Amino acid sequence: MEVPLLKQGDFLIATIQAALTDADLLQFRAALVQQVVRFRSQGVIVDVTSLDVMDSFASRTLREVAQMIRLRGAETVIVGIQPDVAFAMVQLGLKLEDVTTALDLEEGLAYLSRRSTSSA
Amino acid sequence: MREFQAVEDKIHVSINSDQDIVTARQKGRSLAAAVGFSSGDATLIATAISELARNIVTYAKSGEIQLTVINGSARQGIQLVAYDEGPGIPDIPQALRDGFSTSGSLGLGLPGVKRLMDEFEIVSAETSGTTVTAKKWRP
Repeated sequence: MEVPLLKQGDFLIATIQAALTDADLLQFRAALVQQVVRFRSQGVIVDVTSLDVMDSFASRTLREVAQMIRLRGAETVIVGIQPDVAFAMVQLGLKLEDVTTALDLEEGLAYLSRRSTSSA
Repeated sequence: MREFQAVEDKIHVSINSDQDIVTARQKGRSLAAAVGFSSGDATLIATAISELARNIVTYAKSGEIQLTVINGSARQGIQLVAYDEGPGIPDIPQALRDGFSTSGSLGLGLPGVKRLMDEFEIVSAETSGTTVTAKKWRP
């Protein structure tokens, strides 16, 4: 299953579906980093609103995505972590560490826009 | 009780690939919902299944997840058994400590699963594989 990537100006928006396998997640990571390079994106939003389970593999992969994109000089924001999912992540001991999160797509875009304005 | 009889109360999922991890956690979530767990608890159960199924794929290559509806004296719950005939865990106390892993992963799998569930037991031997049994009771 492929993760749809939408280009919006200087930003890329990726929407994760609920039933991604580990292989899908790794494929997504590769495709996203490739597209960030191709479009010279300044920021990336990963929308996980429909993700119903965030286990250790998924959270590690998302953290790696954010780290790779940061090395490109761009910023990643993870948006839409559901309350149930957040609760399970805390119980499991998973941290996204220094990855920025936001409530939803709108908040995420607002964050990226503020950031690109202040650095311009 | 009629409602309960409609629930298929024992589910086996063979775990051989990462696709099976997704199947197992989806079945676990449906069973949890059918037993009457809240969506929050169903998420905890689905997450625990995902972690245990991934351990099977990573360490043992193949195994099985068994989900069973269990009846206590006054409440219902779900029992989750993750079974494999893989290499086994040589040092269980070490594997249950946060931060320990032999595969370069986060190493939070087993202690994390223990926190997600109400009861947790692990039996492992280097020649006969690993069986993790975990239960969650409906509040």
